[in-house]
Amino acid sequence: MLVATRAPFGVASGSCWFGFHLSRQEGSLDLLNAIVAFANFVMLPAVAYGSQLALGALGVTMIYGILRFSNFAHGDTMAFGAMATILGTWWLQAMGVSLGPFPTALLALPAGIAATAVLVLITDRLVYRFYREQKSAPVILVIVSMGVMFVTNGLVRFVIGVDEQRFADGARFIITAREFKELTGLKEGLAIKSTAMLTVVVAIIVVALLFWFLNRTRTGKSMRAFSDNEDLALLSGINPERVVMMTWIMVAALATIAGVLYGLDKSFKPFNYFQLLLPIFASAIVGGLGNPIGAIAGGFVIAFSEVTITYAFKKVAGYLIPAWEPQGLVQLLSTDYKFAVSFAILIVVLLFRPTGLFRGKAL
Amino acid sequence: MSDPFLIGDSLSGGYGRGVDILHSCTISVNEGEIAVIVGPNGAGKSTAMKAVFGMLDLHEGSVRLGGEDISHLSPQDRVAMGMAFVPQNSNTFTSLTVEENLEMGAFLRRDDISGTMAQVYELFPVLQEKRRQTAGELSGGQRQQVAVGRALMTRPRVLMLDEPTAGVSPVVMDELFDRIVEVARSGISILMVEQNARQALEIADRGYVMVQGRNAFTDTGAALLADPEVRRSFLGG
Amino acid sequence: MTLKPRDMTLFLVVFALIAATGFLQSWNVALGILNMGLVSAIMALGVNMQWGYAGLFNIGVMGFLALGGLSTVIISKPPVVEAWDAGGSRVIFALLVGTAAIVAAILAWKRIPAGKARAPALVAILVVGFFVYRWLFDPAVAAIEAVSPARAGNLGGLGLPVLVAWPVGALLAAGAAWVVGKTALGLRSDYLAIATLGISEIIIAVLKNEDWLSRGVKNVSGIPRPVPYEIDLQNSERFVERVSGFGFDPVTASTITVKLAYAGLFLAVLLLLLWLAQAALNSPWGRMMRAIRDNEVAAEAMGKDVTARHLQVFVLGSAVCGLAGAMMTTLDGQLTPSSYQPLRFTFLIWVMVIVGGSGNNFGAVLGGMLIWYLWVMVEPLGVALIGGITAGMPDGFWLKEHLLETAAHMRLLTMGLILLLVLRFSPRGLIPER
Repeated sequence: MLVATRAPFGVASGSCWFGFHLSRQEGSLDLLNAIVAFANFVMLPAVAYGSQLALGALGVTMIYGILRFSNFAHGDTMAFGAMATILGTWWLQAMGVSLGPFPTALLALPAGIAATAVLVLITDRLVYRFYREQKSAPVILVIVSMGVMFVTNGLVRFVIGVDEQRFADGARFIITAREFKELTGLKEGLAIKSTAMLTVVVAIIVVALLFWFLNRTRTGKSMRAFSDNEDLALLSGINPERVVMMTWIMVAALATIAGVLYGLDKSFKPFNYFQLLLPIFASAIVGGLGNPIGAIAGGFVIAFSEVTITYAFKKVAGYLIPAWEPQGLVQLLSTDYKFAVSFAILIVVLLFRPTGLFRGKAL
Repeated sequence: MSDPFLIGDSLSGGYGRGVDILHSCTISVNEGEIAVIVGPNGAGKSTAMKAVFGMLDLHEGSVRLGGEDISHLSPQDRVAMGMAFVPQNSNTFTSLTVEENLEMGAFLRRDDISGTMAQVYELFPVLQEKRRQTAGELSGGQRQQVAVGRALMTRPRVLMLDEPTAGVSPVVMDELFDRIVEVARSGISILMVEQNARQALEIADRGYVMVQGRNAFTDTGAALLADPEVRRSFLGG
Repeated sequence: MTLKPRDMTLFLVVFALIAATGFLQSWNVALGILNMGLVSAIMALGVNMQWGYAGLFNIGVMGFLALGGLSTVIISKPPVVEAWDAGGSRVIFALLVGTAAIVAAILAWKRIPAGKARAPALVAILVVGFFVYRWLFDPAVAAIEAVSPARAGNLGGLGLPVLVAWPVGALLAAGAAWVVGKTALGLRSDYLAIATLGISEIIIAVLKNEDWLSRGVKNVSGIPRPVPYEIDLQNSERFVERVSGFGFDPVTASTITVKLAYAGLFLAVLLLLLWLAQAALNSPWGRMMRAIRDNEVAAEAMGKDVTARHLQVFVLGSAVCGLAGAMMTTLDGQLTPSSYQPLRFTFLIWVMVIVGGSGNNFGAVLGGMLIWYLWVMVEPLGVALIGGITAGMPDGFWLKEHLLETAAHMRLLTMGLILLLVLRFSPRGLIPER
């Protein structure tokens, strides 16, 4: 919140050089520079982060829609999936395998998903199924998921430790800031990180596959039917245990992919995944719990708000209003308060539209 | 006399360990016939039907389908045996399209379901028109058609309807009854619970009047409509 | 309600475990466990009020504890006079302006009839309020933080006795709980959970970043104590004489005396709270609370204002957590914002309540002490266990190295397993609700 005052020098933006004989053309260049700076520091990071949140929120919302509880272990499931993939990546790297410009982690991803699926299926068999058969209240399942969270978290720490792990390899950038500047002659560079691009492409593929599965296949339709009306699904002969199993496998895949993409884009640290729980749940609730489209929309709403509100607009403002030399960073909130952004959006939605933007279930 | 096609014979039972709601109650239906259960509120009409479908804990009596004792089977297993049940409330998947609702009805079938779906659309033409819309967007009467259509998709031998005309307008109700008669003509037995006793008994081959969990009167629909005591007590004169 | 012999035995077992630590290891360690165990018991009492009495799912315990910790700084540290001169009143004015903007926004929302004007008015008030607040706040904060940043950089406190901070911590937590409860109660239970999780993360972020208030990650140390200092005892001739008379080493005796003094204080607070909690639980209010928990719809139909009652118990329970937080920071003697970890300060408290027996105050106390004991002891036990397992492996073998390295993480695994096992096989806990 206070960063504005901590960098009190006003960097001379273009205005000093150009003075007031600023030509029309240079003015439009300034606008372009502002747009590029905004795209580089706000749009691209927010799109990548939004995709990661959306994938996480999809997992949460699927558990909610079909198993009917809020799974607090989801962040740690993501951590487990990422960990399993990292171990696979290390093994592949040790074997000398590489994907060229792409991160080797992509090759290890299927194994990571499989390991995570095994974990969640065992958890379901040993833990959750009992409460399902008892028809326990959702809040009991939430507490149970807390226990699962502890165990999963402990497991991850036990295997890989608490330290930060880097596992991204391959090309770092699709285009670097310098290349962009040389290419366009603009003062601002647009650096496209390959992990960010990868995140978006993979997220689009995954979401397309998910929606194809849910809307076009018999099993997918039966899952939607089960989520919609459990009793009637039973009357139609839909096997609930099969639906639950499919859900866990898909959730394991979503969680692992989200966890790996997040780890590639930022870095892997088990505790960070726990902290993702709040923005992920905020995304799912803002979009409407139980609604997959809502989860995606919610992820981007949260990501864009977080990045925009915590971005220092000094540079962009300098281009747009050259005469103004901002005192500070022109930042609404310091990045340390990014939780406050998800939280505030969450509260506003809860107050004014408790079922979320896309009308999820309000059980 | 040989057993009727489906019979709930002298059923006594209730929910869980609670008191018995049904007392030696018998409900049956023959192949291709319509049987209707009527009676005052709280008489146990729906409970009797749920007992036949296996949603109640029976203490006495048995349920037989085509001569085979199915008392021990779960509702899901009874679906596989050719019984279809349309509950009174939330009887459609509101977030699924009409067509998806029908597909879910045929979930257990592995053969080609397009023929059955065409028959359902023939029976309820409006559903074909709206097959891409979600069931939640339809009117009450149309949603009942979706519910019945979903149940028919299993190609059942018995169709059980719990107050299919609850909350629909009289015109729609007549229309629904016509369709039900049509379904029965195709050889499917129908067992239904109805609030609109008079209209229901008019189409019924068999009628059951229930009072306090017991059979009070049992006869053909026409005979019950003619019975002065039934008319006075249950049909409003 | 009285304790059954079985419950008494359970309490005795916990005390015996702690005593065994005293005899086998050291009394300093044992008393350390006891003291933190007593504080944990109070935390568990607070959570039990919310969950056990009312079925409210609060996973923001950490935030309320941290507010209690903050209160010890605000109350007991001496004021930094230059900082106050530099910008103290301006910061307070800025905060008042910020609060006024929020209140104005709420009033505007309530007063202006629904229509096209309402939402823009709300946004306008908030945006203008935010910028005015920042315009006032930022320079004041910069001025304060410029005052000898290595030593202070904050406003300091009021210089009052640290015991005053305990009820103040409760009040701070109660205030925060009121705000959260007002917005999130009455919605689904998971929404309250997420809202409390959010507020606790924000409170920690504030403590870490608002240096003018809490020195942020530079920590506040040297918080005054309600009990004597070891060094003063060792320098006191009377004390040295007396303990030497019993044949004790003065250094050890002084540390133990200090710990015993804390134990006495904590025990007194715990007993008082336990007595109050029992009285409340068995009063008509407590019965109503449980009636609401067991059947909200029926209670509402009987004319009970469920949301208002929930708010009441939510605020009360959080206040108890705030009190416990203040006590904990007093015991530590320093506020370390970065040490607040949700697994330790929120979820572990939940394990205590569930294992002890939700809905039963004695159960919460027992759970608090027992789980704290296990939390402390699992680590050395785990290390010993792994040591035993790996004894046969050659030195330098990767698996041995790895296992020894990660043995410390056994804690979370063990706590999770305990929670899952209790939930599955004894969901009513060690001392069930009666």
